[in-house]
Amino acid sequence: MKSYALFQKDINSELRTRYAVNSLAMFVIVAISVILFSIGNEKISENLTGGLYWVVIFFSAMSGLARAFVSEEERGTTLTLQLIASPSTVFTGKLIFNLILVFAMNSVITLLYAALFDEFVIKNFLLFFITFVVGNIGLAVSSTVIAAIIAKAGSKGTLYPVLSFPILLPLILTSVQLTLFAMDGTRFGEAIFELAIIVCYDIIMISASYMLFDFIWKD
Amino acid sequence: MWWKIGLFLLISFVSVAGIAFPIVEKPSAWYEFPIIVGLEENAKIIFFHVPTAWLTVIAFFMTAFYGVKFLRKRNLDDDAKSYAAAQLGMVFCILATITGAVWAKFAWGSFWSWDPRQTSIFALLLIYGAWFALRSAIESEDKKASLSAVYAIIAFITVPFFIFIMPRLMTGLHPGSADDTTAGPVINFKMNSNMLLIFFLSLAAFTILYFWIWNIGYKSIIYKDKINKLLTRG
Repeated sequence: MKSYALFQKDINSELRTRYAVNSLAMFVIVAISVILFSIGNEKISENLTGGLYWVVIFFSAMSGLARAFVSEEERGTTLTLQLIASPSTVFTGKLIFNLILVFAMNSVITLLYAALFDEFVIKNFLLFFITFVVGNIGLAVSSTVIAAIIAKAGSKGTLYPVLSFPILLPLILTSVQLTLFAMDGTRFGEAIFELAIIVCYDIIMISASYMLFDFIWKD
Repeated sequence: MWWKIGLFLLISFVSVAGIAFPIVEKPSAWYEFPIIVGLEENAKIIFFHVPTAWLTVIAFFMTAFYGVKFLRKRNLDDDAKSYAAAQLGMVFCILATITGAVWAKFAWGSFWSWDPRQTSIFALLLIYGAWFALRSAIESEDKKASLSAVYAIIAFITVPFFIFIMPRLMTGLHPGSADDTTAGPVINFKMNSNMLLIFFLSLAAFTILYFWIWNIGYKSIIYKDKINKLLTRG
């Protein structure tokens, strides 16, 4: 229950300033419009839209998700948190917050994307939905752990995407593949191997982050 | 002393044998290699490229292994071992990437074509790069050691997806991919016994060389730390 309290604390402090949500929303709009401008009147292929969709998601995640731990370090509240809660509780609280942020962010991205790109047509909705859910969980978990590392490393901003990219690479490659499958209307049975990779990735990442978070969190 | 001379002779022999032994259709003499369909003369890179790729993975494993050891015992010597392994791993990773790209130019026609194997070695290169970037960003010794250990472990448990699972299941150009019919037996060892012998000799020689350099490397890091501590203490 403590982790829920932590999560509520994060929500409250977020609602007070709306810093993360505002900057994230603006970042999403900026990223999509950069893509739209660079495309211009060109007709781009379906495959490219599927890939660019994950480019937007990756960079938006990198711009917004580091806040979870960096804000604690900036305000100097890390020590208090260390005193009142166990590391896994803290991690759960932050993970729930980031999960909700990722799901909200990616829903907005998907809606905007579907509205603005004519080529982005999903034929197999169920497959896309499952990819979306499983991919978002993996994204949230990995970026939360890396955010914790970054916060302890003195919150170097440029380091965050550098550290996250290799870890997220298996997830992104498979998600791009699955999105293309969903756009092509591939049947469920043919995509089962890629889905299995993402599910394995999620499980491995979740268990590894809970095991290793103690070492990151305690000084 | 003697094993060093032995190692020198072994590596010399492997290099000469790997490059100079002829590839013929029906090997009869002990120094002749068989033709592997689809690879022909290009096959000779196996004596140099495969050991570098193998050592990249070994070094990566040792970085993570000594990371775990450090987190358990909090002994900075383990961090030095992990650091030395990663340094060597980076060198071998670059070597594997370059030799692979040069080979690909002759075998597939272009230096880089995002074959699953190339993607996986590229991911490894990125991980090593990120690992060193993380280390250089942190001042305090203890924090540097524990955070980089954690990162090495996280990276090590996601990389098997790339190095061991994906290239075998995905279709690709690299020998040993899923749809490989002609050159596939490289992995199942269609090489004849003498080629196999030289391949394993080369693998062994490079592995011994790696452990030798690693040994010197981590000791020098530990001594450097000790000297620095003595100097700062005045």
